[in-house]
Amino acid sequence: MTTSVMMLVLAAFLASAVEAVEAFTLVLAVGVTRGWRSSLIGAGTATLALAAVIAAFGPALSLMPIDALRVIVGTLLLIFGLQWLRKAILRAGGYKALRDEDAYYQAERAAAQAVGITRRAGMDWYAFTLSFKGVFLEGLEVAFIVLTFGTSQGSIPLAVLGAGIALVLVVVVGVLVHEPLRRVPENTMKFAVGVMLATFGIFWSVEGTGIEWPGADGALLGILVVLTLVSLGLVAVLRRMHARHALQATSIAGMGA
Amino acid sequence: MTYLKHFLLFWYDFIVGDDWMIAAGVVMALIVSAALARRDVNAWWVMLVAVVVLLAASLWRETRRSR
Repeated sequence: MTTSVMMLVLAAFLASAVEAVEAFTLVLAVGVTRGWRSSLIGAGTATLALAAVIAAFGPALSLMPIDALRVIVGTLLLIFGLQWLRKAILRAGGYKALRDEDAYYQAERAAAQAVGITRRAGMDWYAFTLSFKGVFLEGLEVAFIVLTFGTSQGSIPLAVLGAGIALVLVVVVGVLVHEPLRRVPENTMKFAVGVMLATFGIFWSVEGTGIEWPGADGALLGILVVLTLVSLGLVAVLRRMHARHALQATSIAGMGA
Repeated sequence: MTYLKHFLLFWYDFIVGDDWMIAAGVVMALIVSAALARRDVNAWWVMLVAVVVLLAASLWRETRRSR
């Protein structure tokens, strides 16, 4: 298995795991509050809809000429990956709050409880819609990664495999512990996915313009190392700045007291 | 009309996200890379440098906003 294929599977796995943890928290909150049947049917329908999106767009994207595909998909992947990386750096640096699965779970439970239960055709449509929407929207990012990454690498099935393993793993662990999966290092995983998407995005978009990378595919590893070091450096800078600002704020508050 | 607007806004937010300047910068770097490639300059480094600068600048703007 080549490095780029391993990175494809790993990126799909990590992205899917992060989104599955978030979707699981929502489905758990809805299921516990409003009953499991409608909630699980909603989640299952969303998963099928996502599979249909991949099955419909995958072959269509594969028909594009490889250079055009790499420019378009590489650019989209790069912009999308930088979005993930930017958020992960801001969270690691203290400028954005880390996602709290427990708080999210409690908020979703309270919201689901606040609405009265009315059944039509044996279904609680509020629970169905909430679960469907949550799973579909979280999963859309994974579908995007699987489609773009998988098509450019010429292996959608491997990307689906990586994403599928993560989904099964999260569901199995979630069912066993029966509570939000708060110990998953979501931000570290998002950071890793962001770096990998941006790495491939840079490589493919530039290659699609007709430029040759020094070392051919080996350049991927070089880009990955540069991006990882730069991103870790930015986290360190942000942490120092955040600590300095917090100290300044404390001293100003102390002077005012 | 409202449906179309919401649809487009959703995809804009989905792909571009919080900082449109990153997306604009990436597209500009791609245009520069393609233009240099047409003149037989193997400018593989342009995008890499652009990404590092764009990411650092975006974070700097965000930290200033958060203060």
